[in-house]
Amino acid sequence: MRRYSAFAIAREALRYHSGWGKAWRSPEPKKSYDVVIVGAGGHGLATAYYLGRNFGITNVAILEKGWLGGGNTGRNTTIIRSNYLQDPSAAIYEKARSLYETMSQDLNMNVMFSPRGVMMLAQTQHEIRGFQRTAQANAFQGVKTEFISPQRVKELVPIMNISGPRYPVLGALWQERAGTGRHDAVAWAYARACSGMGMDIIQKCEVTAVNQSNGAVTGVETTRGTIGCKKLGILVAGNSGDLARMAGFRLPMESVALQALVSEPIKPCLDVVVMANTVHGYISQSDKGEFVIGGGTDAFNNYTQRGSFHHIEETIRALIETFPMISRMKMMRQWGGIVDVTGDRSPIISTTPLGNCFINGGWGTGGFKSIPGSGWAMAELIANGQLGPLCAEFGLDRFAEGRFIDESVAAGVAH
Amino acid sequence: MLILTCPYCGVSAEETELHAGGEAHLTRHATGASDDDLQSYLFYRKNPKGVHFERWRHSNGCGKWFHAARCTMTLEVFGTYSAQTTQPPADLIKKIKQKRPDWEGWT
Ligand SMILES: Cc1cc2nc3c(=O)[nH]c(=O)nc-3n(C[C@H](O)[C@H](O)[C@H](O)COP(=O)(O)OP(=O)(O)OC[C@H]3O[C@@H](n4cnc5c(N)ncnc54)[C@H](O)[C@@H]3O)c2cc1C
Ligand SMILES: [Zn+2]
Repeated sequence: MRRYSAFAIAREALRYHSGWGKAWRSPEPKKSYDVVIVGAGGHGLATAYYLGRNFGITNVAILEKGWLGGGNTGRNTTIIRSNYLQDPSAAIYEKARSLYETMSQDLNMNVMFSPRGVMMLAQTQHEIRGFQRTAQANAFQGVKTEFISPQRVKELVPIMNISGPRYPVLGALWQERAGTGRHDAVAWAYARACSGMGMDIIQKCEVTAVNQSNGAVTGVETTRGTIGCKKLGILVAGNSGDLARMAGFRLPMESVALQALVSEPIKPCLDVVVMANTVHGYISQSDKGEFVIGGGTDAFNNYTQRGSFHHIEETIRALIETFPMISRMKMMRQWGGIVDVTGDRSPIISTTPLGNCFINGGWGTGGFKSIPGSGWAMAELIANGQLGPLCAEFGLDRFAEGRFIDESVAAGVAH
Repeated sequence: MLILTCPYCGVSAEETELHAGGEAHLTRHATGASDDDLQSYLFYRKNPKGVHFERWRHSNGCGKWFHAARCTMTLEVFGTYSAQTTQPPADLIKKIKQKRPDWEGWT
């Protein structure tokens, strides 16, 4: 694998960019692997990468029914933050955020991590108390956040109307080192690094059955034939329920649609991410100048990657009060992804009823930010067969024990 | 937009007039139940890619809870029926089987 560098750009410039080569190989599947990962989203690819990097396990295949990064990883609004309330969440999201800081260097690809700051508006008394409490908790957890005044909000975001008639801005939870990243590049960077370690990324390869004997997985049936494995990792987000059906168990999870949209591009006027949870809307401006906008999930079970129109209307209505200038803007594109929402809105990183099968899912509406931390923990789980410190609390057993991670981590709107 | 016909008042209602209530026909385990039964009632869901039986409330209409059978892959609605039952009506099951011969059944 060729390293990307300023020197490489200069060299290629001299020969009409003819020497770049493919970023990853597209091999035929082998008969079997030590580890098969289902799902080449960010979480699947990161898991494979850390299996290789941290545990030296490289006889790995990553199977993807569509194209890599074409699931929620390529559909999200790329907010990265770690200002959660509960200790287990803060730990894994902060691990992920800190890995994002150096990802471009570590993976030798520009993932455009932009720690521009994320502000979560407090628009009710309840939210003021909640966010002040979170800021206190974050101080103990070593996550740098602060509760800021409406005046500070206005300084940071001059285009915001902080005295709206329904929900004036009363303050905000501010995380300065939170921000955004380039979602596709994150998937591509991990894929390139995995391929470079000799792993096989097999696209257009849908898993259709999980083969088992004596309570263990022996391999999977796919649209490209039978592939054997010693260990299986399932990281398919909205399709977790379907993979669990193939494997013969159920999950505390439901799949619903979440949508996002982008506006026409305009000159830079918003250089932080703003989230407004009470009114269900959030907004940031991309490097291209488009406003990237998202809101809440649909309420009903859905696998269509299309959401309901009225949710877009509600999101825009909510944001217009806080950002009056967007009322004149044209929205260019809208899309949906199928997100996997668990009973306590926190993710699952867990062993399963099948001894050598492991699952990672339930990141719901908020798992782009967690990709590196989740992959790190999942690789540890697959390599060692048990939950490491980073994900000890995220096992499926928490639902039987009532040991929930009550966070609304992945709740309808908070990304 | 999803449109369901309320089996009580007969109104053909748009999604914004309704409230989605999740998987239908769950066995309600309560006090005294085993941990497994309780957690499966509270949290574990079939979440199928395909035919789904679910609860809806005509919240901005007559207010009644009812049931619907719907495909989560195509959003096709097979039918709606009364809430006063613990299983889908036989004729609805027959209708779905005809449309989806590969369907594994409702349980
Ligand atoms: C509109 C929207 C906005 C969002 N905004 C944010 C945000 O701002 N910040 C944030 O942190 N998170 C956000 N999220 C959530 C985030 O996108 C997801 O949590 C995250 O991308 C999940 O990554 P993943 O790798 O688990 O899943 P995915 O990227 O969906 O990858 C799973 C892969 O598995 C494949 N697959 C499924 N079934 C099979 C099969 N049978 N065989 C083979 N392959 C299969 C799929 O094709 C898919 O590529 C948003 C999500 C959406 C939809
Ligand atoms: Zn009615």
